[in-house]
Amino acid sequence: MQLRTRALETILLEKGYIEPAAIDLLIETYEKKIGPRNGAQVVAKAWVDPKFRQWLFADGTAAVESLGFSGRSANHLVALENTPSVHNMVVCTLCSCYPWAVLGLPPLWYKSAPYRSRTVADPRGVLADFGVELPKDMEIRVWDSTAELRYLVVPMRPAGTEGWSEDNLADLVTRDSMIGTGLAKSPKDLK
Amino acid sequence: MIDQAAARRATQEVPSIPRDADGPVFREPWEAQAFAMTLALHERGVFTWSEWAAALATEIKRAQAAGDPDTGETYYSHWLNALERLVADKGVTTSETLHRYRDAWDHACDRTPHGKPIELRPEDFG
Repeated sequence: MQLRTRALETILLEKGYIEPAAIDLLIETYEKKIGPRNGAQVVAKAWVDPKFRQWLFADGTAAVESLGFSGRSANHLVALENTPSVHNMVVCTLCSCYPWAVLGLPPLWYKSAPYRSRTVADPRGVLADFGVELPKDMEIRVWDSTAELRYLVVPMRPAGTEGWSEDNLADLVTRDSMIGTGLAKSPKDLK
Repeated sequence: MIDQAAARRATQEVPSIPRDADGPVFREPWEAQAFAMTLALHERGVFTWSEWAAALATEIKRAQAAGDPDTGETYYSHWLNALERLVADKGVTTSETLHRYRDAWDHACDRTPHGKPIELRPEDFG
């Protein structure tokens, strides 16, 4: 079905019947349905609950399932830990494998060939396009997801959020921060 | 641009679309893609909603007659069948072209080593 959808999409694009931006906008309207909120809750829990955090990095699939987010696309989920010295970024260079059970529907740019190839060749440049600048000495690891193995980036907990509830923390977790093309919002971004 | 009201209507006027109070619910990304393309084509006047609803109803009936369990899991495969049929009927493309592109994508996936982006190339249309 994926191939047939893609075939139709290619033809319609080539003939000018559809515009990527319009399709993207539509999908964005509905992507809240499966929604990145699931993933945000996973991340928020990992921030406040050290036991869950440990479990999440040891067995992402089971830990995520324990919160009731399963579905085929969450199978074989590996959580990647961002630290002060390592930033993780996920790309699927093959067929846009994406943990949509936790992250919702993938944005169109995620599936675009330029994003995929550039992230592998020049992750810092791609991050700059997203307005993210990381310290020069921070290592950037790019992870290539497959149909069998999908990744969830756990961004660093922003400063100034001590004592926050999981629900409030989840509001800081953006979809892009869980793909690694962004960071979690800071408390002042919410205002 | 896509009109939100049209999108809402789209989900109300077609038979038994999987949805909740806020709108349609998709099980996989391609379903949302097929849904979005349908709305975009309607917006461009390629077909009317009644034409679309009729095409989809025909596909669903056909599937049920063939023993489709009708659990909602196959909903979007009927949707995609209807969309392919309708764009062919409207002369946007032909079912031969659709097959050719499908095979080309299949070929592109096969020949692309893991870690490289998949792109359609002329040779995929072999």
